[in-house]
Amino acid sequence: MQSNRTIEVMVGTFILAGLVALFFLAIRVSNFSGELGSDSYPLTARFDNVGGLTERAKVTIAGVRVGRVESIRFDPATFEAVVTLRIDNRYNQIPDDTFAKIYTAGLLGEQYIGLDPGGSPFPLKPGEEVVYTQSALVLEDMISQFLFSKAEGGSSGF
Amino acid sequence: MVTMLAQLGRWGLNAVQRLGLAVLLLPAMAAGTVALLRRPMLLLRQIFSIGVLTFSIVAVAGVFVGMVLGLQGYYILAQFAAEEALGVMVAASLVRELGPVVTALLFAGRAGSALTAEIGLMKATEQLSGLEMMAVNPIYRVLTPRFWAGFLSMPLLAAVFSALGVMGGWFVGVVLLGVDDGSYWTQMVLKIDFSDDILNGVIKSVVFGFVCTWIALYQGYHAIPTSAGVGQATTRTVVLSSLVVLGLDFLLTALMFG
Repeated sequence: MQSNRTIEVMVGTFILAGLVALFFLAIRVSNFSGELGSDSYPLTARFDNVGGLTERAKVTIAGVRVGRVESIRFDPATFEAVVTLRIDNRYNQIPDDTFAKIYTAGLLGEQYIGLDPGGSPFPLKPGEEVVYTQSALVLEDMISQFLFSKAEGGSSGF
Repeated sequence: MVTMLAQLGRWGLNAVQRLGLAVLLLPAMAAGTVALLRRPMLLLRQIFSIGVLTFSIVAVAGVFVGMVLGLQGYYILAQFAAEEALGVMVAASLVRELGPVVTALLFAGRAGSALTAEIGLMKATEQLSGLEMMAVNPIYRVLTPRFWAGFLSMPLLAAVFSALGVMGGWFVGVVLLGVDDGSYWTQMVLKIDFSDDILNGVIKSVVFGFVCTWIALYQGYHAIPTSAGVGQATTRTVVLSSLVVLGLDFLLTALMFG
């Protein structure tokens, strides 16, 4: 049997390797380090329809990720979806006439929120609401609109 | 007909009795924990023989499983021009499923069987009775350190397996097959969630560590004290642990990701 010293060293190496592996999984593989945490501020936005938007979806300005969707809930008074966004504190100069739109990444990709900054000199303060919003495009609605307009155009054409 | 019923009944009663004996081991081993804390060297020795000696096979298996995942994932994803998602596929399947499960299966084969054989032989050669004669509780002295060692080693081994698997997938995907290095890592970071994926994987491996070590210790401690009995017990450890791990994995996956 090995001496106590050797065993202690080997066990220490083993535990260290395990912890390093866990650390690697947390930092390099998962979004653990990408969490915004405390240095972020909330904004809300109301949408008629959020489509397939999910919590933790990204929030972008000009295509750059500036935050994520924290929560989505339904407001029974106005029948709207209230989306809470968490924006990184580095981007605290978003104008208060900013437009929030729900985009789809690619044809079948996930949905995210894009912010189009307006020209107002006043920035949005933490907890304020993004007033101007545009709902998600629902593919079925678009197809039915297209089909109906096509059908009307077809009947008048004959 | 009646004999068959009697056989079925005897089998059922035996199963319940074995389960009871196994459950009774748990509080007995837990009671030995305080005594164990005063002699950490006992625990270290067992972590050495259970964890450190299993490390190499787990590491090698992790790299190769990751490489195979990278290869197969690449062939399928390339058909949809989605090679960028290779990192997500490799990492998600490793962290959620393959890491904990394959590590547990290897653990049952490498460490569990050794535990059962060791304790079974101690019983067959009356070393356990010898300890009792010297007023040393064999459960405290022999089972408790082994139980904690297995319980603590499994999550570490599973983490090593997953991490090396991700590296293996990276080697095949990025170095050999030319997937973009940046998208391999960034897609992974975007899609793999720390608490949903990684912590759930760790919880799985903790559960598997508990179950595998428990089965191995029970089989050894209650083995028939002959060479044939110890052999049977060792076989049962591996078969039972593997089946329980696979069944529990299904259950845990349904609970966690359902």
